[in-house]
Amino acid sequence: MKKEDMIVRDNREIAQDIYEMVLEGNLVGEVERPGEFLHINTSRHSVPLLRRPISICNTDKQKRQLTILYRAEGQGTRLLSTYSTNDTVDVLGPLGNGFPVGDVSSGETVLLVGGGIGVPPLYDLATVLREQGATVITVLGFSNKNVVFYENHFQKLGDVYVSTIDGSFGYSGFVTDVIDQKKLSFDRLFACGPVPMLRALEDKYPNVKGSLSLEERMGCGIGVCLACVCHTQNDPDGSDYRKVCSDGPVFPWGEVVL
Amino acid sequence: MSRVNIDLPGLSMKNPIMPASGCFGFGEEIGKLYDLNELGAIALKATTPQPRYGNETPRVAETASGMLNAIGLQNPGLEKVITEQLSRFDTIETPLLANIAGTTMEDYEEVAEALSKTGKIGALELNISCPNVKEGGIAFGTDPQLAAELTKRVKAVSNIPVYVKLSPNVTDITVIAKAVERAGADGLSLINTLSGMKMDRNTGKPLLANSVGGLSGPAIKPIAIRMIHEVRHQTELPIIGMGGVSTLDDILDFIIAGADAVAVGTANFINPFVCLELSQALEQSLERQQINHLYDIRPKEVHLR
Repeated sequence: MKKEDMIVRDNREIAQDIYEMVLEGNLVGEVERPGEFLHINTSRHSVPLLRRPISICNTDKQKRQLTILYRAEGQGTRLLSTYSTNDTVDVLGPLGNGFPVGDVSSGETVLLVGGGIGVPPLYDLATVLREQGATVITVLGFSNKNVVFYENHFQKLGDVYVSTIDGSFGYSGFVTDVIDQKKLSFDRLFACGPVPMLRALEDKYPNVKGSLSLEERMGCGIGVCLACVCHTQNDPDGSDYRKVCSDGPVFPWGEVVL
Repeated sequence: MSRVNIDLPGLSMKNPIMPASGCFGFGEEIGKLYDLNELGAIALKATTPQPRYGNETPRVAETASGMLNAIGLQNPGLEKVITEQLSRFDTIETPLLANIAGTTMEDYEEVAEALSKTGKIGALELNISCPNVKEGGIAFGTDPQLAAELTKRVKAVSNIPVYVKLSPNVTDITVIAKAVERAGADGLSLINTLSGMKMDRNTGKPLLANSVGGLSGPAIKPIAIRMIHEVRHQTELPIIGMGGVSTLDDILDFIIAGADAVAVGTANFINPFVCLELSQALEQSLERQQINHLYDIRPKEVHLR
């Protein structure tokens, strides 16, 4: 983990309020697995005060560059969207534990399911899984056609199915509807997206091999402040917990309460 | 003797900077980032007799130049703190300030007695000001008689100095400060967080699961400065000052206002290296200005100790 002023190489809107930012710096060399995240201080002043956790979408170690995708929605991410090329941004990272790609064998079929701004870490994941010889099927869910992104990127790595809740793009409905409709079969499932989506997947596939990545409000991002804790599933007295930032954000299927 | 070393009851500090309780855990995470020997002292996370899960999430909410937190004193409990957390400091010389909390006076006595017996703690800090637990805690911090009685009882079972961490959620903080001084406290920590609330516009309800949280960060610095200034003129006790400290100027302001040492809280969450950076910056700044000792920057009337 490093704290570094990274250089902005690109920052552009790729869908409605969805930005793609390319950052350059030495901490790129420390990224180990897809699913790790950066903790970004969007302001040099005290407003907003806290960093923003944003997952890494793609890394290019030779160029010392990585890509993040974020939705400009709150104060911090709206500010981040105003950064220009060659600006510097105060970054802590890489943080958290990524997807257990080492568990995946060559020839396995892996289903990746992403929802909204939970999609970005799956891109790096799909890339690595392909390099390892796995077959990748991706199901991406968005609310409507204006916020669909990276469909073409994923298409280069395997079959892609896109759904929108309002039916304005791709299949109509939720990601689980698409999986049913297309009768998708797979050996392993990796998912990242809103909690209701993750919960629907766990209910549908209680015993599948896989992992999911959580989003949570964070303070420090390194396990100190205990802001982002969650309960575990096999814990009758409710005293056990995991920290999303440092134990996660990727957890084994069925480990934490959603 | 260096320009920045200071000597407080139970805490012989190479510099006046320590992380504040609850903003550093038990040193596990930040201890991987830099040598904890560089710190003046370390205030540990609040310890209660039994393990506590704490409150449900959301536990933090951002505010203008600050944040609200309602963690709810999550900690592994007295036994595990002693067996699993304190050994981390066996090779570290930095003195420890153990923050203790509970819901009854007996809770405080139990934790105080057990921790002081370990021989690994420099001093205790009575947390009578946590705004995020429903019972105990804050009541001891707002009633001068209860605060004094608790101080007396903890002093009676402890063989190390006892600091009392004061709540700013009172009309006159000097009343509590004087009450615990008379009861035998060895020092004061101030201020804890201010009780606050943030609404969620989508639901119309408070954003934090606990509804109420403690406000910290740069937003509360002027209140901390005012309270330290008031207490400084009313008691002889050493003061560990805290509340929104994040820069070198903040540290100087707290020392001038009457703090004898300074704790850094929320700033650790934005920059985990901040305590280290501030201790280096302070020493360099005094050297550059050829000030022999940190306390020389204080006006004479503040120089009580």
